[in-house]
Amino acid sequence: MEPMPQIPMLSYDVVVIGGGPAGMAAAAKAKELGLNVLLLDENDYLGGILPQCIHPGFGIHYFKEELTGPEFASRLAKHLVELGVEYKTSARVLEIKNYSDLEKVVIFTSPTGVYQVWAKAVIYAAGARERHAFEIGIVGDRVSGIYTAGEAQTLMDIYGVLPGKEVVIVGSGDVGLIMARRFALEGAKVKAVIELMPYPGGLARNVMILRDFNIPLYLSHKVVEVRGKGRVQGVKVVKVDENLNEIPGSEFWIEADTLVISAGLVPSVKKLRKIGVEIDPATGGPVVNDRLETSVPGIFVAGNALLINDLVDYVAEQGELAAESAREFIEKGGIESRKWVKVEKGQNVRLIAPHYLSGDRDVYLYLRVSRPMEDVEIRIPEVGKRLRLPVVKPAEMRRLKLKAEEIQKAGEKLTVEVVKA
Amino acid sequence: MKTKVAIIGAGISGASIARVLSKYENLEVHLIEKAPDVGWGVSKANTALIHGGYDDDPDKYPTRAKLCIRGNRLWHRWVKELQIAHVWNGALIVATQEEDFDTLEKLLERGRRNGVPEMRIVDRDELFHLEPGLTRDAIGALWVPIVGQIAPIPAVIALVENAVANGVKTHLETEVRGIKVENGEVKGVETNNGFIEADIVINAAGLYADEIARMAGIDYFEIHPRRGEYWIFDDDVPGPRRVLFPTPTPVSKGIVVTTEISGHLMIGPNAQDLPPEEKDNLATTKEGLEQVWEGAKKLWPNLPPRSKVIRTFAGLRPEPTGGDFIIKAEEEVWGFINVAGIRSPGLTSAPAIAYEVRDIIQRDLGINLVEKEKWNPYRKEITHFFMLPPEKANELIKKNPAYGKIVCRCNNVSEGDILEAIERMKFIGVKTPSVDSVKFRTKATTGTCQGSFCRPRIVQLLAREYGVEPWKITLKGRGSEIGIGDVKALLRGDEA
Ligand SMILES: Cc1cc2nc3c(=O)[nH]c(=O)nc-3n(C[C@H](O)[C@H](O)[C@H](O)COP(=O)(O)OP(=O)(O)OC[C@H]3O[C@@H](n4cnc5c(N)ncnc54)[C@H](O)[C@@H]3O)c2cc1C
Ligand SMILES: Cc1cc2nc3c(=O)[nH]c(=O)nc-3n(C[C@H](O)[C@H](O)[C@H](O)COP(=O)(O)OP(=O)(O)OC[C@H]3O[C@@H](n4cnc5c(N)ncnc54)[C@H](O)[C@@H]3O)c2cc1C
Repeated sequence: MEPMPQIPMLSYDVVVIGGGPAGMAAAAKAKELGLNVLLLDENDYLGGILPQCIHPGFGIHYFKEELTGPEFASRLAKHLVELGVEYKTSARVLEIKNYSDLEKVVIFTSPTGVYQVWAKAVIYAAGARERHAFEIGIVGDRVSGIYTAGEAQTLMDIYGVLPGKEVVIVGSGDVGLIMARRFALEGAKVKAVIELMPYPGGLARNVMILRDFNIPLYLSHKVVEVRGKGRVQGVKVVKVDENLNEIPGSEFWIEADTLVISAGLVPSVKKLRKIGVEIDPATGGPVVNDRLETSVPGIFVAGNALLINDLVDYVAEQGELAAESAREFIEKGGIESRKWVKVEKGQNVRLIAPHYLSGDRDVYLYLRVSRPMEDVEIRIPEVGKRLRLPVVKPAEMRRLKLKAEEIQKAGEKLTVEVVKA
Repeated sequence: MKTKVAIIGAGISGASIARVLSKYENLEVHLIEKAPDVGWGVSKANTALIHGGYDDDPDKYPTRAKLCIRGNRLWHRWVKELQIAHVWNGALIVATQEEDFDTLEKLLERGRRNGVPEMRIVDRDELFHLEPGLTRDAIGALWVPIVGQIAPIPAVIALVENAVANGVKTHLETEVRGIKVENGEVKGVETNNGFIEADIVINAAGLYADEIARMAGIDYFEIHPRRGEYWIFDDDVPGPRRVLFPTPTPVSKGIVVTTEISGHLMIGPNAQDLPPEEKDNLATTKEGLEQVWEGAKKLWPNLPPRSKVIRTFAGLRPEPTGGDFIIKAEEEVWGFINVAGIRSPGLTSAPAIAYEVRDIIQRDLGINLVEKEKWNPYRKEITHFFMLPPEKANELIKKNPAYGKIVCRCNNVSEGDILEAIERMKFIGVKTPSVDSVKFRTKATTGTCQGSFCRPRIVQLLAREYGVEPWKITLKGRGSEIGIGDVKALLRGDEA
């Protein structure tokens, strides 16, 4: 692969892909650290998914204040502009090429043309996509009235369109619950929230929404079929046993004109996969070291592209770390070789990142458990670390700080487990 | 004076007939379709194969046997003239048991009788050379290199665009409800949009061809739907290079494993007979899909995890009494031509069907067709940003910045592509704006995320270009509106 003379060429220290909170925080930090940085986002505006999240609940840690999504986004964007960070909106990255460990090429298109950007490092902060109805095995008629939560949210809060009036929501995670409230607030009847697992998926404060608005929650149930002519008319629901198998004879129908799928997010990593970045099947994002560097040198990742975060604060934190790492990479011509301590998943840990620790810096480990548990300890036996918690839930991402000295005590690996205290 | 021709149904059959008849100076051709856009009937959901013509028994189904191979040969020219996405990758009918070779020999013999060139039986070594990912149980195959694949709805769209450019008039959202026959001659068709006069009525109504025929008093055949279901996987899942069939059984051609034209692994269909009144039952079922999964696994053991599914869908084959295509001028009603029971391989046969109909008009109805001095066989494909090399993209963006702006991120479909699609929808007379009309022209919404990012933006573009409120934009025609009003409609109590 050589420079392509036929398309305009730009050159930067670092290109940040994605203008959500991860990307904005990364670009601002990179600029503060003296790097020549370009931020690219395909939307007409900066902020990623935040501008469509008009509810409060953002920034308690980062700004020490509770903000709405658009407020959080505009604060980051304002900071970016004050710093003079170069950014382009309506700019879609089509391809990343790994020319060498020290040179990356990012090809993007925009209303002014297709460009190639040569950069020393790339920070990938492209966020996630939502799982859709086909992916979760719903059969039946292919009709209108089926939306992912994010699509319904965009229609309502960006474009001012009300999708429907009798709504069934699949998934009781935070996003599903927030959309249940959103529909209820606009006068729609939320007929049910259907949750596959035996416990609700969202934070306790969001589960309260169901009581506030009198919305029935069906735990251990799933939507299996949609019926309608043109538009959804009803959905078939079935109960599942403890192994999530459908219980024959337990089917019932709920009449509704709208089905909202809120069945989780998947990191958007296709472009990374194409250049050989190793992906962790548990997080769905890349395998990274404590610099948030992927298995391709000089490609760093942050935010929902790394793993699905509940809190925007952590996302911004990851963006800043990626920027610091990119500076180190550029200054030293690569991240130093060493014996990395491997992080392993122990009991009741569904996913964890970063995957490799150097022991020369403090790190945050982000993890999720497989099932809820009360009165637990997060333990790392190799280093004698224990953290007691009253309760853990798969829905809540836990963040665990490890000091450099602690990591140094580990040998080849370090196992994180969640066990009864 | 021109002879007025009404073609009922803008599927692959009706559209092909419209293109061929648009060549003639002394015909005035009207293409009538009840759906909001063309190609939304049987032609929308099928395996999209240009079959090899070895499958149909010339003794039992002479018309199918004859037209399939002829259609295959014609498509080679048509895909180029009309710039229809296609691939000629060949098919393997795979044997996994010694007895299967008897069946393959029979198919080979049948193919020879039907005039199919280039077929041969390959041994295990050659088979794995042709298709390395195949099940290890395979012991040989019938190799049919002339098999290909096209994009079926884009094919119908291409045909209709070309037909309209050559003077054919379309009547969309126009449902034929009666046929006027006087003194044994057709006079025209009654529709929800009034009467359309016609000297010749061509019944290419797919699943409903029996009902249309009855409107003309012809009731010797019936059509019942036979459902087939499919799975499509994300485009990063590796699929086969060839079209893979199992050795057929007396009841079924079997479940196909193929990489469809956009690069997605696709498996299907099964076959389930439905009662005649379920001609619009396109619902997928758990049982049917599982049956397809099991069938496909036998040929292609490396099926991806279910999380890699991006879509499932079903199609309905119009199965006629007797099983053969019914293509003829009906003697008791002068001017009435049936193109009925066009089940598989109807997509393959369509160009041949169209020439057959032309011949029937000349031979059986005695109309002396006069060719136009200027007839345009060509049609230019819509711009696909994802297919442009960067320097070409830049030329286009300079002229129109919308071509630089991506709307569908999974498939890199630009705003320019979408605006062009909308223009073309208007050109052939699409009145009700729908996301599906854009989807079938541009591939937007057909990728990994199935439109959750781009659908709202496509809705906005359609609303602007058609000058209607965004919530009135439909997914697939009236009754499938994207919303019920503006976001405050219910609170105000004035739901749209
Ligand atoms: C409905 C909902 C409610 C939430 N509520 C809360 C809450 O109350 N509190 C809280 O703290 N957090 C909340 N979150 C979580 C938080 O908003 C997310 O974790 C965070 O926004 C993720 O940020 P990101 O920058 O990683 O990704 P995103 O915000 O998704 O940004 C990624 C950006 O990258 C762009 N992009 C992707 N690919 C390309 C490309 N190839 N070229 C150019 N651009 C590209 C995307 O268009 C997007 O703009 C919520 C999330 C959702 C969905
Ligand atoms: C599961 C499946 C797999 C298949 N696989 C293949 C394959 O791989 N290769 C192949 O060659 N063939 C295949 N076929 C067959 C092929 O799809 C059909 O033969 C072909 O599409 C039929 O086209 P048509 O134009 O005759 O019908 P249609 O596409 O159904 O067109 C008829 C049109 O008439 C319209 N119409 C009906 N009634 C009225 C009315 N009253 N007024 C106005 N309009 C009306 C309908 O809306 C429709 O658009 C398959 C079919 C199925 C279902």
